[in-house]
Amino acid sequence: MHLWLIPAFPLAGFLLNGIFGRRASKTFVNAVAVGAVLASFLWTLKTLGALWPLEALHLERYFTWIQAGDVRIGFDLAMDRLSAVMLLVITGVGLLIHIYSIGYMAHEGGYYRFFAYLNLFMFFMITLVLAANFLLLFVGWEGVGLCSYLLIGFWFLRSSATNAANKAFIVNRVGDFGFSIGIYLIYLHFGSLDFPEVFQAASRQPVEAGLGPLTLIGLLLAVGATGKSAQIPLYVWLPDAMEGPTPVSALIHAATMVTAGVYMVARCSAIYTHAPLAMEAVALIGLATAFLAATIGLTQFDIKKVFAYSTISQLGYMFLGAGVGAFGASIYHLWTHAFFKALLFLGAGSLIHALGEQDLRKMGGLRAKTPITFWTLLAAAVSISGVPFTAGFFSKDEILLAAYHHAPWMYWMGTLTAALTAFYVFRAIFLAFFGEPRGWSHAHESPPVMTVPLALLAVLSLIGGFAPVSRWLAPSFPAAQGHHETVLVAISVGAGLAGIALAWWFYVARPGLAERVAARLGAFYRLVYNKYFVDEIYRAALVQPVITSSQQMLWRKVDVGWIDGAVNGLAARACAAGDLLRRLQSGNLRSYAAWVLLGALGLLLTIGVAGGAR
Amino acid sequence: MSAAGVPLSWYLVLAALLFTLGAAGFIFRRNIITMFMCIELMLNAVNLTFVALAYHLRQVDGLVLAFFVMVVAAAEAAVGLAIILTVFRNRASVQIDEVQALKD
Repeated sequence: MHLWLIPAFPLAGFLLNGIFGRRASKTFVNAVAVGAVLASFLWTLKTLGALWPLEALHLERYFTWIQAGDVRIGFDLAMDRLSAVMLLVITGVGLLIHIYSIGYMAHEGGYYRFFAYLNLFMFFMITLVLAANFLLLFVGWEGVGLCSYLLIGFWFLRSSATNAANKAFIVNRVGDFGFSIGIYLIYLHFGSLDFPEVFQAASRQPVEAGLGPLTLIGLLLAVGATGKSAQIPLYVWLPDAMEGPTPVSALIHAATMVTAGVYMVARCSAIYTHAPLAMEAVALIGLATAFLAATIGLTQFDIKKVFAYSTISQLGYMFLGAGVGAFGASIYHLWTHAFFKALLFLGAGSLIHALGEQDLRKMGGLRAKTPITFWTLLAAAVSISGVPFTAGFFSKDEILLAAYHHAPWMYWMGTLTAALTAFYVFRAIFLAFFGEPRGWSHAHESPPVMTVPLALLAVLSLIGGFAPVSRWLAPSFPAAQGHHETVLVAISVGAGLAGIALAWWFYVARPGLAERVAARLGAFYRLVYNKYFVDEIYRAALVQPVITSSQQMLWRKVDVGWIDGAVNGLAARACAAGDLLRRLQSGNLRSYAAWVLLGALGLLLTIGVAGGAR
Repeated sequence: MSAAGVPLSWYLVLAALLFTLGAAGFIFRRNIITMFMCIELMLNAVNLTFVALAYHLRQVDGLVLAFFVMVVAAAEAAVGLAIILTVFRNRASVQIDEVQALKD
């Protein structure tokens, strides 16, 4: 079925734009970049249609990539329902974001570079989800990390952007360290890295009660996932990643790349279901991240930061879902989240494009000026808040129900988080679109090339939940227990609606109330506003010791003292020896001849004596 | 014993004497042309050794080698005399002590 064509199109787009884009017109760059993603999307649809109903894994082996002794790693691509869902999200939402970028990036320098990177990202992301073994997945995994780095630092003249890019890259190294050890352990334990073999072998193993090899593998893979998917403790890079252009935030840091961790955990469900301890850890990490990130989101004023913490929080939901065994619900939420979170970011980008400002305190009253942005953002907001029959409602409730069956307190925490989510999203909406204008003079609605993708995503945010993703995925995953319970659903919906109402109360009905409450809360508010000082703690506990020890020990002692000392010492000795020998070169030919003669005599004598001794 | 009744050692002693003369001349004389002739003297002293030993041992190797030395000497004479000529043209002198420009 030529699965390889799906990643090949964006790769070709990257090469074309990367090599020729500099001199080509914008029309050419647009056509190549969008065309590549469109082709890849259509080919995904065609493949999906041909393989329908895709009940078994469709595996295509192309060539041997690595052969060393018994290790054989093939360049193998595989498609099953899980990767089909991922592909639809990546190429579908990716296509809309590519189109949107034409408008958003129209006035930016490095236009072709932006689209080249974006296409390269698509290539790696598709490789990640189509890979049929862990090493190929790792290639995609690292590739999307690279593209994320390049695109966060797209405006590389701004030092904040390059710092954020470095931070993202370095924090991800920590996660990838765990991930790569996990892959190594998988090879050690199963003797293979191919998905079908590993997962079949894993499902034949008994469920581990304590800390066994499967649990260890699961935990290490989870470390990798926390890096890529911005979970505690490695989430700190994602808020900073908002330094990149907004379409990048929407595509990479909301809809696709950050969900790679969730995808990987779901892909390894066969390992996780046999390692309850690792699953519990995943669930706890997810729940804690969901809750803490939501609280931080309550206090931020940068609209992109609000949505960044929202993304972290929603990814936490997905991990919670996976951790309690509802892998299908987790991917379902990934699917709906891709729509409404991409929409939130693109809508925010539309506002930023309109105002040149991303501080919520300087917006206000934009409803009439940017109506399309307003209505589409509203659609995303009701969806993420879980208003009934929107996309977010279905997926979130499925996760919460599964959490309830796993441990009721997790359900309650999740529901509280849902209320917080509704509050901070509507806070942003109300601050931006309601009330009086605060400090902007002229604003304009974005061009159709931006608003049409917004509208399409809005439709998907509202009705995307009717796609029965989790039921369709059910054969791929061990069945999650739990049935629909109206009371629980009603409670979580009520929590979401309460959050919306509270936001209305705080920011529309009683403007100024929020400041007073914040003042009353004092120290606690400042703690949350400053993101629990996690960055500062990391800096003091991890970064600073590394810097200090590098400067004092590695730089001054090891590098300057030992390494440079050794090199310089050798050079100085050579100089001194040369200085002595230089005296031989007097320029007096006759003395040279004398030396030669003496040398010859000396040799003769030595050989004679040595020969005599023998 | 060689055919003419001259013992081998005589040839070798003569060659050694010639070589020593050449070496001493090379070291102690300042005139480049004289030094050059001393080099030839040393080469021919070696040649004499080769030929004498080849004759003594009834082996052709030494003779072959002597021809090699002659070829090298001829080549050396061509190059060396050209150098000396150029030095003289540039410096109007063939005193070795006055040719030290490459010292530093």
